[in-house]
Amino acid sequence: MTRIAPGDLIGLGLLGVRTRKARAALSAVGIAIGIATLVVVTGIPASSRLALDRQLAALGTNRLQAAPVPDRDPPAVLPAESVDMVARIAPVTVASAVADFGQTVARSDRTGAGDFNALAVLAAKDNLLRAINGRVRDGRFLDAAVERFPTVVLGSVAAQRLGFAGLDPREKAPQVYIGRQWFTVIGILDPVPLSPDLDRSVLIGWDAAGKWLRFGGHPTRIYLQTTDDQVEAVRGVLAATVDPEHPGDVLVSRPSDALGAKRAVEQTFGALFLGLAGIALLVGGIGVANTMYISVLERRREIGLRRALGANRGQVRVQFLTESIVLSVLGGAAGVLGGVLATAAYCAWQAWPLVIPGRSTAGGLTGALAIGVLAGVYPAIRAARLHPAEALASV
Amino acid sequence: MVYAGGVTALNEVSLRIDDGEFVAILGPSGSGKSTLLNIMGTLDRPTHGSVAIAGSEITEMSDKALSRLRGERIGFVFQQFHLIDGLTAIENVATALLYAGVRRRDRHARAREALDRVGLADRSGHVPMQMSGGERQRVAIARALVNRPALVLADEPTGALDAANGAAVLDLLTELNRAGTTIALITHDRDIAARIPRQVHLRDGRLGAA
Repeated sequence: MTRIAPGDLIGLGLLGVRTRKARAALSAVGIAIGIATLVVVTGIPASSRLALDRQLAALGTNRLQAAPVPDRDPPAVLPAESVDMVARIAPVTVASAVADFGQTVARSDRTGAGDFNALAVLAAKDNLLRAINGRVRDGRFLDAAVERFPTVVLGSVAAQRLGFAGLDPREKAPQVYIGRQWFTVIGILDPVPLSPDLDRSVLIGWDAAGKWLRFGGHPTRIYLQTTDDQVEAVRGVLAATVDPEHPGDVLVSRPSDALGAKRAVEQTFGALFLGLAGIALLVGGIGVANTMYISVLERRREIGLRRALGANRGQVRVQFLTESIVLSVLGGAAGVLGGVLATAAYCAWQAWPLVIPGRSTAGGLTGALAIGVLAGVYPAIRAARLHPAEALASV
Repeated sequence: MVYAGGVTALNEVSLRIDDGEFVAILGPSGSGKSTLLNIMGTLDRPTHGSVAIAGSEITEMSDKALSRLRGERIGFVFQQFHLIDGLTAIENVATALLYAGVRRRDRHARAREALDRVGLADRSGHVPMQMSGGERQRVAIARALVNRPALVLADEPTGALDAANGAAVLDLLTELNRAGTTIALITHDRDIAARIPRQVHLRDGRLGAA
């Protein structure tokens, strides 16, 4: 019966912490910072990833785009019939297109040519909204009926830059000036997250652009949707379908990939901060070892007394080892709490869902335990080796 | 007993203490009193000779066996009390039962009983800082008694106390001895030794008759 019961052991381990609270707190700070960093650097990317995954799922990963390769001399041009060709690929559910044919837009006919507002004028197929999951915020979209008149629909940024907050049906519809011709604004779009270039565009009907602005019918960007499992297959044949004679002139992209690229960047930062967390833990461990070492020096008389009361070497060793572990784990628990709070605050600020990976929390606490053992071994052995009579006689 | 460097602290000491005795070991400082106490208390081992406590020869014992013997058969009372600062009186007394594997509830019941015996039942929740020197020494005596030891070793137990408290502590030890506890008290004070039934003198590491 020389084993100390676990509850009594914890009591012994807490004794040093209880009687020297300030010192215990200071020496556990290093561990707490290390563990908090660990929780934050794993929690924030995990939360961001979940937010991104949800965003991608909402936006759709089943979408592809095709455009002419830029900076070619002469410029690459997609065939006029390419949109219909793409629509005929079996798994493609919808295909649409826009074309930038070099027009600019102005609020009035008195604006000089130098008044550059960085807005594109695009000819748009009337099924564009379906292909990009777009929504009309105000008014209506282009269709065969309205295309008999000179009409345009504005992207959200374009509307703002041209000075239209919204469309009021009770007032006279506003007009914009494109290529010596007035066009009536009949609709404004919501922002289009996966195709932000459309936000800065003024859209004219495909046939209307031909009728009033001599548009030649060559698309500059084709949008299509397919099913999730067929995305790669469609991607493989897209360039050759768009331009069978010059497939090398066609640039195929998946808009969701651009968002996905954010992950890789965050993971790189994550590795760096994980390294910092490791260093903080190492320094924290040295702090605990130092505190334990001093504690043993200061408590020589207590150690001698416990030996007189019947503690054997092993029991003295285990007492100081427990104290070191208690100190580290308390620091670790404070670190987990701090890390969770910090991550929660950041996620609330970013409007992300909160994710605390259980593995990093458990790993952090296990790490703190291991540090406690490592930091406590040498001081505990020193304590156990003290000669009882000399320890009692020490001042 | 020979220390490193060739200092002989005890030489040809032969002492037998029987059950129920109250012995004063009297000697000036440097006479080897503390060494004798450490050897009797198994806190130190002799370089020559033999020590037996309650029939058990200690010189060949392992650390574990020796520690258990101390915990179960010997009670210590020190001049400086040696109470643990962060613990209350009852917790300090109960610590003497911890290493013998006594369960927590039983430890506290027995510690309360021991504090009652030294007249400090009402101080059980106080920490050492809240008690007078005399009270602290009585807590230390309760701690030495709580495991019902075969031998209580008291090293100058009145040395850090004023005359009144010292007398009270001595009265308490006398009373405990009358109730059956075997006590060896070490002192340099002839007046204290004079109040104890049996006296042995220690001078330059040798025992002499009273």
